[in-house]
Amino acid sequence: MGFDWAIEVICCDQPSNFKRFVEVGRVVLLKSGPHAGHIAVIAEIIDHNRAVVDGPTTGVPRQSFPYRHIALTPFALTKLPRAAGSGVIRKQLEQEGTVEKWNKSSWAQKREAIEKRRKLNDFERFAVMLAKKQRRDTVRKAVKKASA
Amino acid sequence: MARSKEIAPGVGRLSRSQVYARRGLYKGLKKSEKPAAAEAATTKEVSVGGEKNGGKRVVPVEKAPRFYPAEDVRQPKKSRKAPKPSKLRPSITPGTVLILLAGRFRGKRVVFLKQLESGLLLVTGPYKVNGVPLRRVNQAYVIATSTNVDLGDFKVDEKINDTYFAKPSKKGSRSAEEEFFSEGKPKDKEAFPESKASDQKAVDATVIAAIRKTEFLNKYLKSSWGLSKGQFPHQLAF
Repeated sequence: MGFDWAIEVICCDQPSNFKRFVEVGRVVLLKSGPHAGHIAVIAEIIDHNRAVVDGPTTGVPRQSFPYRHIALTPFALTKLPRAAGSGVIRKQLEQEGTVEKWNKSSWAQKREAIEKRRKLNDFERFAVMLAKKQRRDTVRKAVKKASA
Repeated sequence: MARSKEIAPGVGRLSRSQVYARRGLYKGLKKSEKPAAAEAATTKEVSVGGEKNGGKRVVPVEKAPRFYPAEDVRQPKKSRKAPKPSKLRPSITPGTVLILLAGRFRGKRVVFLKQLESGLLLVTGPYKVNGVPLRRVNQAYVIATSTNVDLGDFKVDEKINDTYFAKPSKKGSRSAEEEFFSEGKPKDKEAFPESKASDQKAVDATVIAAIRKTEFLNKYLKSSWGLSKGQFPHQLAF
């Protein structure tokens, strides 16, 4: 992979502090457009602004996407060759279980929880308020008992 | 109106009546011939008492006015526009919990009962739950929530209509003194009419029974609605 080689040449004796790189196979979260909130895989790097992303199992069609509207996740496909087609990406995603790993991550779960809260109606928000009140009360009493 | 050249966009050179005169359409044949309306009798015979009065007399049906107006006052033009009956928002159905946004009970959550003839919404607190009585509200000043109280096929009594809420008309002129004071002291408050209180109870009985079926719903209606920091009504789901 040309990109890795470039990094190795520039890099010095010290290992990099960065953990996530823009690289072929990197799983990314899209932050804008009609597929915002879905994850996709970088299939090819176009230039310093854009990459080709593809998410055959997440409903994201193959397209060029600016890095500004992408968030890098800690996941990456390890053996993805450059400019791989949708079929290869799908196969590797399924093999490595990347989507399941993403769904289990605390990042994805937090996002899901926020989404769920946002969709609550007025009555459900009220019920949440009551539940939180109840929790506060229980905690307060338990703390008081323990510290007494 | 080709003859009325525009001197500015939307402003013709000639007035409406000038155009009418120049077009000369009034000269043409009248196409529709209306049947002549039967002439109503202008006089009638009445019997008169008294010997020397001849027994009968012909008098005009309508008396001539005794006075003529000293100044000519122009008759205002009658408007032929009629208000359209207001449409009920599809999100509002009988039993829907509404949030009132204006008036004395703003912020209260109430139950919608039905739309009245005038287009206003008939709502109830219920009174026992949050103090909102049977009341008419404009649907523009209301947020419809997706929460529904299942009223079944409950029908509100027909007598609760727009006239039910009208103020009792007072006859004659009254001084403000009389209205608020008696014998130099402020008047006692008039008691709430017994019949209205019983109507309220009759309606609320069904509504409260329906509310009891859902957990927290009673508490929900009792609490009032508001926005906290960082909350915007257009971003919330109701």
